Amino acid sequence: MSSARARTNRVLGLAPVWLLIGGLLLAPLLLVVAIAFTEQGAYGGVDWTFSGAAFVSLLYNVDFDGTASVEWSYVQIFLTSAALAGATTAICLLVGFPVAYFISRQPPSRRSVLMLLVAIPFWTDLLVRIYAWMIILGNDGLIASALSALGAGWLYRNILFTPKAILLGMTYNYLPLMILPLCSSLEKLDGRLIEAAADLYASRWSRMKDVIIPLTAPGIAAGCMLVFIPAVGDFVTPTIIGGGKTLLFGNLVALQFGSAHNWPFGAAIAVVMLLLIGCAGTLPLLIRRRLGRVA
Amino acid sequence: MAASEVKRSGGAPAHDSAPRRPVRALLAPDRYRGFGVWFGFVVVFLYAPIVTLVVYSFNDGDMIGMWRGVSLRWYQATLADGSVRKALANTLIVALFATLIAVSVATAAAVAIVRGAGRFERLSERLIALPLAIPEIVLAIATLMLFALIDLGSSITTLVLAHAVFCTPFAFMPIRTALAQISVSMEEAARDLYCTPAECFRLVTLPLLAPGIVAGAMLSLVMSIDDFITSYILSGPGNTTVPVYIFSMIRQGVTPQINALSSLLFGLSLLLVAGFWFSSRRS
Repeated sequence: MSSARARTNRVLGLAPVWLLIGGLLLAPLLLVVAIAFTEQGAYGGVDWTFSGAAFVSLLYNVDFDGTASVEWSYVQIFLTSAALAGATTAICLLVGFPVAYFISRQPPSRRSVLMLLVAIPFWTDLLVRIYAWMIILGNDGLIASALSALGAGWLYRNILFTPKAILLGMTYNYLPLMILPLCSSLEKLDGRLIEAAADLYASRWSRMKDVIIPLTAPGIAAGCMLVFIPAVGDFVTPTIIGGGKTLLFGNLVALQFGSAHNWPFGAAIAVVMLLLIGCAGTLPLLIRRRLGRVA
Repeated sequence: MAASEVKRSGGAPAHDSAPRRPVRALLAPDRYRGFGVWFGFVVVFLYAPIVTLVVYSFNDGDMIGMWRGVSLRWYQATLADGSVRKALANTLIVALFATLIAVSVATAAAVAIVRGAGRFERLSERLIALPLAIPEIVLAIATLMLFALIDLGSSITTLVLAHAVFCTPFAFMPIRTALAQISVSMEEAARDLYCTPAECFRLVTLPLLAPGIVAGAMLSLVMSIDDFITSYILSGPGNTTVPVYIFSMIRQGVTPQINALSSLLFGLSLLLVAGFWFSSRRS
């Protein structure tokens, strides 16, 4: 078969992907950016004139007489979302790294079973997983019932419908997304390098700090991004076990396409969210460059 | 556990006469004390809520925290509910068609990407991974706006298309892995024996790829069935899926019926994951 023919076949093979993901992901995303720079129509739709009003209203509250005052509530929601997603990522890394390391040092047959064990909760419906925590945490939930049955009901502190519950729920949801990429990165790590470090009198801590962690940095970065991206857009966890009391980015976006019906504003928030993720995505690169300079 | 962590190879074998060294000194250089125990804790943490949910779905009582004996009454009540059955049917239809699209698209792309290594192929591979790099809520509202702009109302079809987008990367990964393991020499041998490219694909590549395709289909089905965010944003009144239905139930308060429906959904996911596991082992 001629190479030109093979080339045509390859392009034909890739055409459906470009049609599907290009048409239903790239095109809509461009549309979001476009709509973010329009004005809200009189009947809730979009008025196609160029305007930065949606972005301005993220920061300023413009009155009818034209005076503007700084609107802190959206900044606060932005910071809360970023902080919760960042904290979730950090906790998942701390909790998940030892787990992934342990799995990666097992014989291959056992390793795949253990990875499946970690993956199953991830393959369960997000809503079901969060709802399960409601049964455990609530005022008449399992922990409360168990403690009061033991006569220690006073020990119980209800964290349901607080930011703590959101953090717990998000950590629970996204932990497998941290462990699995860490595992695949760690299992490629050559054990002889660790032995060599040990032979050269590196302490166990130094082996971890100077050998294992730098060599698995790409896996760590991948895991952090995989956790951070859904965490920053999560609106299910804050709605259900946050009781809807803590508004996050995702809630704000969903609101604009529901009851608030302000498309340009919703699109502007979505654009800010994508920018935040873009910034967070370059962070691992910067850190690696710093580390590379040190080493 | 401790025994497996003890270094067995290397160095002189320990003799009985040798003074007993503390276990700590025998730990292999790549092992860390306590990581195994930590793993156990984390697995308990991951499974405790799900196990609780499933156990309490068999609870006879009306209260969540009180155990009143085993019964299937909540399952009966759930499955007798017409709107639940409708939601279940919608979920399965959307999942099947989205998977059909995702698997076809992913298979064609995988063949092109694995067998060619040009710039366009690398770019396409990035494109396939893109749905994973964007928060689902952003993608969902973007799709909603596009559909609204071209006057496509909410229907099962729009839901299928939206699901197909985020199912594609999950279908692609196992298919790509399976294809990379198939030696090119098999296809070359077929061509030497005067197979046309189409025959070669149908008679050689596809049968060898089948376990990978099944694995990809299973992952895609799970992703679609368990999806909440996209379905919530895009589904209209007539085409609710099970997760969206559960959400509306939760907002009305915690009832044992939610446990039963959630457990059914979990069982379905588990079945599909098992299917993925066995088909990916075969490939």
